[in-house]
Amino acid sequence: MTTAPEIAPEQTPEREVGKARLRKEDHRLLTGRTRWTDNLNLPGMVHLALVRSPFAHARIVSIDTSQATAADGVVGVWTGEDLPEQGAMPIAWTVSEDLKVPSLLPLSVGSVKHVGDVVAVVAATTQAAALDAAELVDVDYEELPAVVDPLAALEEGSPLVHPDLGTNVCATWGMDSVTLGTGGNVEEAISAAENDPDQVVIRRTLRQNRITPGFIEPRSIVVDPTAEQVTMWSATQVPHILRILLAMTQPIEEHRLRVIAPDVGGGFGGKLQATAEEALVLLIALRLQTPVKYTETRNESMQSAHHARDQIQRLTLAARRDGTITAFDVDLIADMGAYLGILTAGIPLLGGFMFNGIYKIPAYRFFCTDVFTNKVMTDAYRGAGKPEATFGIERMMDELAAELGMDPIEVRRRNWIKPGEFPYATVAGLTYDSGNYDQATDTALEMFRYEELRAEQARRRESNDPVQLGIGVCTFVELSGLAPSRVLGSLNYGSGGWEHASIRMLPTGKVEVVSGATPHGQGHATAFAQLVSDELGVPFEDIILIAGDTASSHKGMDTYGSRSLVVGGMAIVGAARKVVAKALPIAAHLLEASPEDVEFRTGRFEVKGTDSSVSMTEVMLHTWLCHNLPDGLEPNLDSDYTFDPENFSFPTGTHLAAVEVDTETGRVHVRDYVCVQDVGVIVNPLIVDGQVQGGLSQGIGQALFEEILYDEDGQLKSGTLADYYLPSAVDVPHYRTAYTVTEATTNTLGVKAVGETGTTAAPPAIVNGVLDALRPLGVPDVTMPLTPVKVWSAIQQARGSQEEVTG
Amino acid sequence: MRPVDFDYAAPEDIAGVVQALVDGGDDAKIISGGQSLMPVLRMRMAAPELLVDLRKVDGLREIRQEGSELVIGAMVTHHTLATDPLVAEHAGLLAQAAATIGDAQIRYRGTIGGALAHADPAGDLGAAVLALDGSVDIVGPAGERTVGAAEFFQDYFTTAVGEDDVAVAVRIPSHAGWGSCYEKFTVVAQAWAVVAVGATLRIADGVIQEAKVAMANMGPTPLRASQVEAALAGAAVDAGTLDAAGSRAGEGTNPPEDSAGTPEYRRHLAGVLARRALRSAAGVE
Amino acid sequence: MAGLSHMRSGMVSVSVTVDGVRRTADVEPRTLLVHLLREQFGRVGTVIGCETSNCGACTVLLDGVSVKSCSVLAVQADGATVDTIQGLAAPDGTLHPIQQAFHENHGLQCGYCTPGMVMRTVSLLQENPDPTEDEVRAGLKGNLCRCTGYQGIVKAVQAAAAALSTSATSTSAERTHAASEVTS
Repeated sequence: MTTAPEIAPEQTPEREVGKARLRKEDHRLLTGRTRWTDNLNLPGMVHLALVRSPFAHARIVSIDTSQATAADGVVGVWTGEDLPEQGAMPIAWTVSEDLKVPSLLPLSVGSVKHVGDVVAVVAATTQAAALDAAELVDVDYEELPAVVDPLAALEEGSPLVHPDLGTNVCATWGMDSVTLGTGGNVEEAISAAENDPDQVVIRRTLRQNRITPGFIEPRSIVVDPTAEQVTMWSATQVPHILRILLAMTQPIEEHRLRVIAPDVGGGFGGKLQATAEEALVLLIALRLQTPVKYTETRNESMQSAHHARDQIQRLTLAARRDGTITAFDVDLIADMGAYLGILTAGIPLLGGFMFNGIYKIPAYRFFCTDVFTNKVMTDAYRGAGKPEATFGIERMMDELAAELGMDPIEVRRRNWIKPGEFPYATVAGLTYDSGNYDQATDTALEMFRYEELRAEQARRRESNDPVQLGIGVCTFVELSGLAPSRVLGSLNYGSGGWEHASIRMLPTGKVEVVSGATPHGQGHATAFAQLVSDELGVPFEDIILIAGDTASSHKGMDTYGSRSLVVGGMAIVGAARKVVAKALPIAAHLLEASPEDVEFRTGRFEVKGTDSSVSMTEVMLHTWLCHNLPDGLEPNLDSDYTFDPENFSFPTGTHLAAVEVDTETGRVHVRDYVCVQDVGVIVNPLIVDGQVQGGLSQGIGQALFEEILYDEDGQLKSGTLADYYLPSAVDVPHYRTAYTVTEATTNTLGVKAVGETGTTAAPPAIVNGVLDALRPLGVPDVTMPLTPVKVWSAIQQARGSQEEVTG
Repeated sequence: MRPVDFDYAAPEDIAGVVQALVDGGDDAKIISGGQSLMPVLRMRMAAPELLVDLRKVDGLREIRQEGSELVIGAMVTHHTLATDPLVAEHAGLLAQAAATIGDAQIRYRGTIGGALAHADPAGDLGAAVLALDGSVDIVGPAGERTVGAAEFFQDYFTTAVGEDDVAVAVRIPSHAGWGSCYEKFTVVAQAWAVVAVGATLRIADGVIQEAKVAMANMGPTPLRASQVEAALAGAAVDAGTLDAAGSRAGEGTNPPEDSAGTPEYRRHLAGVLARRALRSAAGVE
Repeated sequence: MAGLSHMRSGMVSVSVTVDGVRRTADVEPRTLLVHLLREQFGRVGTVIGCETSNCGACTVLLDGVSVKSCSVLAVQADGATVDTIQGLAAPDGTLHPIQQAFHENHGLQCGYCTPGMVMRTVSLLQENPDPTEDEVRAGLKGNLCRCTGYQGIVKAVQAAAAALSTSATSTSAERTHAASEVTS
């Protein structure tokens, strides 16, 4: 085990991998020397303001743009009818044969489907003028009935979000262990359990709240059409994907479009999208042949940037009375919102592979119904389907423990995969390469002082303390490192999951690493330099990262799904090894030795058994000089590598939360939070800890504070940061983190992913903790977010029903 | 988002401010620290024709004693309220309430006059001023008048400050020696109060001589919890008495419903917070 | 550039000393201080994250104390001194102790909240040179960060407090003093 909190910066083990290197990215960001998209100003640039629907569902009767067109500074005003060249926005995942794909045009034509749908665009010489003129666009709407609740949307006679599709069911998708050949029949197993006095069957309906990724930088787009390649700067996670998708759907060819993601202020999946706004800025720039900028407001972001989660989970778990699970059945209702983003329909499916968690489950079924409603689309957010799944199984493990009167750790231990059982083929059809849940959990229990807290909990219960203590548990595995291309193909996903890298060896001994993994805060420049330094023996300081620009990094799949290290990093390692292979004959030539006699070690090529050697730096210079190279050899060390993973990455961990619940006010206070992660070999402990802590705060946000709320007419009630509660420093605890290491066997570095662990584990850990505190009071469940009013109301309701029973 | 275009005036005295308001007609608005107004302007929920800035008017940033009253200029910031020794001595509850407003940056800009005139029912200073039997000096075309806090707050975002009026000072009778506590309950730290309760007590010889309790976000305006005050006047200082009285804080109120609280919850919460505020104000564990 | 299309009230001339440099501009009265900084003065280190004063990304020092520059009109800053993230490091690029502490304690990831977080920290440590962890958290409640989970930031602020207290006469303090003399 290694503990992380006390990291001594710049400790010097021999290898770079493992060092807590301070980040190369920081100096610029700390001094305001930044390139956010909204910083850009180009000659002749015009600004866009968008007119958005105030209704959840309406027919556009007419739009009068005459006043706006005549306003000062206005260069043009367009409605959907005025842009016949616009193409429908793409989706990247055709999840099923019954998938219904509604048309999402950058500018609405005929109708609007949610508050925030774009109906007109104004271009003006200043942003202020564009905003003023946008208010002069007169749209006549005929309001139509809206449906907001996904269950209501499934009812006979519900208003249809897309009448042309004839149904609100977007898609259905299922898998089960019989078809997969991984286990038994769920229905039979549950039915058997119901008739078996030695088994219990637990049925629960759980709710995943609708939330927003909450990046702090609003999205911004600049398009400059004045060069042969039209350049788009966008605050996106995915410039490469965006380029292809825009080329496939809008009137521009791929080779005519360059996309740059400059500094990007957070994404968390929220900027993993091809947006209507991006297409619109492109379309208007092409029309006007002058640079165009659009930067959203936070309020616009809340009503147009994709939301996430929003599921109803109907779960049935069967187990023997000793705690051993016998079957698990998952029936999901997933709220798509009004349209499909690039991954919307598939997000819940990813959870299908993870509802079994770290457990050995003999019979499993997953069925999902994707449903349209008149709300903003949902799509990826840190974890994307897997946090939802982990929440489902981990809540059920606690329900099982409570039902059986067992300790929640014990019931988990009884079911989880043991260290000797890896690689383990799961009931959901995946193969977990490695893990040691016992070790992580034992470490966590010790750090947490579990037994002491249980004793305190008992005391508080006994004394009827108004502040009750709960202990929340989550043991989990994550499906990360997206993704093996063949698996994606088998799921009808519209692209591969590889990553690409190039390494450019400069004559002065410096190295440019070009990666298709596009950073937006993760520390790629630092971690990748550590990898390359170890591979090439070039000092950390002499390595620079180039990324986020399709001109310089022409191939890439970008950053999401915790893929940067385990896929992107492996591409870099592959490229570096090709560099060494190319350098070796040159080194041998310079050493006047046979290549077979030369080996590369820590930056030098050495003739075996002699002290004769030449450095990589010298080889770099000689390759550039090209004066004295082997005959016929290409004078080039630069190398490319495209890495396609064979398997996903499966980081795991055990999280324990001590929560205090003030039963008088309903306030939940997270008193202590211990998490022990196994992310395989750690490249940079500082960055890993930062990823874990950041994810935890987002997970706690989902559990306790955050919710996108619509009223029954589809009006957004949480459209600003004043009514959507992002946690501040006061609202989250000091985390205690530690790491166990079981090396990944699916890559040569032994690394696993880390980015999504916090958002995956924290919500069930927190909710389990609160319910652990409140179950003795008769509270069966509280839906997220566990705001004070909801917790208090649940306690009141429980007291009321208990009084009914006793009275 | 940006505000709509407006005219701007920064008169150098109060007469000039009032004249600018009169000249500006219905759509003239005063800006003081701007911490209530700027978000409203930026969301374009208000579209004034004219903004009249108080920043050049002398004397509005002063705190002085006038007899037994503390007179606080309208442009005194929340930061100053929270840190000024005179406020701490004579109006402890006001200082405590001010320290809970928004965040440090907002407290450096936000002013007492602006906050009171904005009259958000969840605002903290309104409850504190009401509890402390404060009053507001208002200057308008007809001259100056002083309005007691109970009459000052009229409805949601509505006060006795008329279209062409400006609030210039807040008067607080000295509460030197009183114990006080402002209990504010929020969902996240930077949010507005779900409910807040301010309590201030004059205690002598182990007996509560006077009790003043007011609440934020329990109705369209800040409210005095008179039934609590009545139950405490002349009572002995003990936990049971304080608790019994405090529990009644929500009685008879009709608080708002939103995602942070149902009316029932808010009534309950007012009782809990009142109990805690009273105990703390009385120094009872 | 701004305001060509709006002549209702004419422009107002404002003069502000930004990071030690006295600057003058004509603005529409509705121009926010952050827009003046970013669009007319090109000081794009200070950024915007919301329109409700919640996120704090736009925090600068106005006459020495932290304010949200999205909630101040440019005209209200006339005659004032504004210090931004771009003026904090030494002219030779040496980081201010607070910036250095954020670097050493991984107090930033994407960096978007960082300008506001750092400038708020300058003010916080003037108010309270030796804050506890809880005081740091409370002092930063007007600044939202979505990346770090705040732990690195809190650690950085406490490290900065320690660094500043051991070198009470740091060059930065001298520079801040010098900057304020410019306006007086």
